[in-house]
Amino acid sequence: MEKVFSKPHVLTDTPTHYCPGCTHGVIHRIVAKVIDDLGIEGDTIGISPVGCAVFMYNYFHCDFQQAAHGRAPAVATGVKRVHPDKIVFTYQGDGDLAAIGTAETVHAATRGENITIVYINNSIYGMTGGQMAPTTLMGQVTQTTPYGREASTQGFPIGIAEMLSTLEGPSYIKRCAVDSIKHIKDTEESLRVAFQRQIDKKGFSLVEILSTCPTNWGMPPLEAMEWERENVFKVFPLGLYKDKEINFYHKDVANADEKAIKASENSGTDCDSIKEED
Amino acid sequence: MSDKVLMKGNEAAAEAAIRAGCRYFFGYPITPQTEVSAYMAKKMPKIDGVFLQAESEVAAINMVFGAAGAGARAMTSTSSPGFSLKQEGVSYIAGADLPCVILDVVRAGPGLGGIQAAQSDYFQVTKGGGHGDYRLIVLAPSTVQEMATFTALAFDLADKYRNPALVLSDGILGQMMEPIDFDDVEAGFDPSKIRDFSDKPWATTGTNCKRGQNLIKSINTNPVELEQENIERYAKYAEVEKNEKRCETIGVENADVLFVAYGTSARICKNTIELLKKERVTAKLFRPITLWPFPDDALKLAAKNVKAVVVVEMSHGQMIEDVRLNIQDKPIYFSGRSGGMIPLPADIAKVAIDAVSVIKNDGSNTYEGGRE
Ligand SMILES: Cc1ncc(C[n+]2csc(CCOP(=O)(O)OP(=O)(O)O)c2C)c(N)n1
Ligand code: SF4
Ligand SMILES: [Mg+2]
Repeated sequence: MEKVFSKPHVLTDTPTHYCPGCTHGVIHRIVAKVIDDLGIEGDTIGISPVGCAVFMYNYFHCDFQQAAHGRAPAVATGVKRVHPDKIVFTYQGDGDLAAIGTAETVHAATRGENITIVYINNSIYGMTGGQMAPTTLMGQVTQTTPYGREASTQGFPIGIAEMLSTLEGPSYIKRCAVDSIKHIKDTEESLRVAFQRQIDKKGFSLVEILSTCPTNWGMPPLEAMEWERENVFKVFPLGLYKDKEINFYHKDVANADEKAIKASENSGTDCDSIKEED
Repeated sequence: MSDKVLMKGNEAAAEAAIRAGCRYFFGYPITPQTEVSAYMAKKMPKIDGVFLQAESEVAAINMVFGAAGAGARAMTSTSSPGFSLKQEGVSYIAGADLPCVILDVVRAGPGLGGIQAAQSDYFQVTKGGGHGDYRLIVLAPSTVQEMATFTALAFDLADKYRNPALVLSDGILGQMMEPIDFDDVEAGFDPSKIRDFSDKPWATTGTNCKRGQNLIKSINTNPVELEQENIERYAKYAEVEKNEKRCETIGVENADVLFVAYGTSARICKNTIELLKKERVTAKLFRPITLWPFPDDALKLAAKNVKAVVVVEMSHGQMIEDVRLNIQDKPIYFSGRSGGMIPLPADIAKVAIDAVSVIKNDGSNTYEGGRE
């Protein structure tokens, strides 16, 4: 009899620590399926964030590094530069990626770093118990916006897919969701494109996945999905934000013009006047 | 075969790193260490290495985390305000037991301070600085030659103990030129091993579906286990303390005054010793080379028969706390300048002469503490 369904090989048997109904687990499975389908388990190095997904290395068989809060794109850059032929991905929440790690995110993107980022936007700081995230919607009540987020003191939600797609560096940016079979299929397909982009050495790819946090939104899982569809989708429209072949012009430095190098050396400040005392 | 060249300290450190097998350098511009980045930017692409100008020191040290975790000899360099920013990453690197090399070309602080040389990062490099229980191996060069030799040594020590190692330089050592010989620098490293990570079986190189997961992390939410990890790390530090204390003592055995100084200050003390000969005051110099582990026993020995100890630093007195911890029965004086000002031999000599004359007037050589 033909086997029509099985657990992805790269997933371990360890039960996850996520709350019941949390979409982190759903997304883990999709990432795992794509890794399986592309046959890259042995070549993949994951970077886990600080956030609810901090322990995701327990659920995957591939190598992992656990990064400081927000620094996953920088850590991934270090790994990728050492192993350009391996597949390096980060998995980061919205606090991790869009608040404390904004600089690392934007600069990995603008460098066109050949990595893949799986970005989980659940409009909240899940792990620390439900504080405002940079993605929290206007009016949304959180522990640190007890009267609802309001613009005069807390500003507006940040659209990462929109923002990064204005940059030249990224090759593929897509926003997805996992609230329905249709959207789950689309997320899987998008992650496949994103990882393939990296395999083909075509540069930076990021898939933003709208996610729910039933625990900190204070709703049962299905109601959270409904709330997401009615509110979050309006602020963060799903879709393809960037899909472009990037021209990484590579200069052959082995035969570089030594005169040009000399000129750049002379352009700095003259620090030779600082002399030693003895 | 000797290989003598005239180089700036910063360039010597960069060249030594390359010769020690470092092919991954992540930096962010800051005076007075920028020559390191400039040198790496020029050399790395030609030898199939990576120079990356990061968006911040925070990013640079986290790139080092990634590269070191991936198995490579990785390095970053900075100056004081940049090292403050790197402290988060350094704590994570120490907590994940990763080897790497950091060069801090110290400038005057606090805050933005100034770009002139200082030694006011002693606290932040030897006493942790970042959060948690951890140590950095800290080497303090005092010549351009040592900028090179110690940078290479730092890679070896970092790998040996799987711990970050730091070279503590300053704006003067970074900028000045001296002839240097790279013969010692190459000795420790096998160039065929640059991209062979087999002696780091813990590195994240991809499982190749042939082994279990390699995991680089500092997190452990189980207090019993986390304490055990810390205990094991401290056992490692005890090994470092047993094996790696380095220092130099210069001058006559039975001197009246013992100078304690490292780096640039140590060079100034050597001149001061000459100056004091004219004043009929005999002095010697104890120069810690490893600031951590601090060469405590050797310091005690060097101080045994002197009448007074004079600590010289380009700060308001940071290493002096470690000197006080080790010497309780002698008067300890301080001579230092800060803000980028350089202590002058004449000023240091005066402190030494006063110290000796106070003791002569007292008619005693016993110290009750508190005088400085
Ligand atoms: C430097 C630092 N600051 C703050 C924290 C506390 N902290 C842990 S997780 C987190 C927020 C995570 O939120 P998000 O990235 O949205 O992930 P989620 O839990 O929602 O998946 C914070 C602020 C930390 N661990 N480190
Ligand atoms: S707190 Fe929210 S994001 Fe975290 S596991 Fe629970 S439901 Fe998921
Ligand atoms: Mg979140």
